[in-house]
Amino acid sequence: MDNGIRVTIRSDMDIVTAREQGRALAEKIGFSQVERTVIATAISEIARNIVEHAQEGEVLLDHCQHGAKRGIQITARDKGPGIPDVARAMQDEYSTGKGLGLGLPGSKRLMDEFEIQSEKGQGTTVTMRKWMPL
Amino acid sequence: MRVPIHKQGYYLIAAIQAALTDADLLQLQDDLSGKVGQYRSKGAIVDVTALDVMDSFAVRTLRSIAHMLRLRGAETVIVGIQPEVAFAMVQLGLTLEDVATALDLEEGLAYLEDKTKGGA
Ligand SMILES: Nc1ncnc2c1ncn2[C@@H]1O[C@H](COP(=O)(O)OP(=O)(O)O)[C@@H](O)[C@H]1O
Ligand SMILES: [Mg+2]
Repeated sequence: MDNGIRVTIRSDMDIVTAREQGRALAEKIGFSQVERTVIATAISEIARNIVEHAQEGEVLLDHCQHGAKRGIQITARDKGPGIPDVARAMQDEYSTGKGLGLGLPGSKRLMDEFEIQSEKGQGTTVTMRKWMPL
Repeated sequence: MRVPIHKQGYYLIAAIQAALTDADLLQLQDDLSGKVGQYRSKGAIVDVTALDVMDSFAVRTLRSIAHMLRLRGAETVIVGIQPEVAFAMVQLGLTLEDVATALDLEEGLAYLEDKTKGGA
């Protein structure tokens, strides 16, 4: 996270900021228009989860590299209530709130890599990556 | 940013100008509901051409706008979903369900004319 961007997430306005910053970074890295929209949409979902389910947290945006592969890495973390059953939360249309229950499984589909770490009472960290086509 | 709503004959046109926060979307829902009553509108067009992201909250709110306006006697049509936005929506798993969509304002108006027989 040396050159990364950090966006504090507390309100719906921060969700817009996070996805706009993510779109701008994706453009700088060289992602296409479609890919930038895909990345911004995934950021919107996981940032919204912070506001809706954990009240506050942060989104970190950065370049990433693996061999010849270059891409964008997005980390969303909070110290909220955590997710007691992650496997269940990853199912389509599962929501403990009034949401559509598509944020986590949908973001996983939008990105190339998706990891979620969560423990009840400890908070949640979602890490997602998208790679540039070689 | 509050979405401007114009009256055109029997219809309302809400032209989204820039990225919307969740609060802006809920405000749009309130404003449309109020204006449909005020002008006795038969239909509403929500132009989302300027939206560069449609996430699950936006979709949920647009669905609920359409359902609510139907209860108020008006049809809703969403116009201007950009191709890359549509692509991301599909990947995310989002659908507008039974909410009508059209390519642009012109087609949206044609849809409403047809649905409401010119508002007569
Ligand atoms: N950051 C988070 N903190 C706590 N719980 C979360 C978090 N993100 C997701 N969840 C839980 O996972 C469920 C599924 O999330 P998601 O797929 O985004 O659906 P939705 O947000 O529409 O409910 C949520 O209903 C919530 O219970
Ligand atoms: Mg969600």
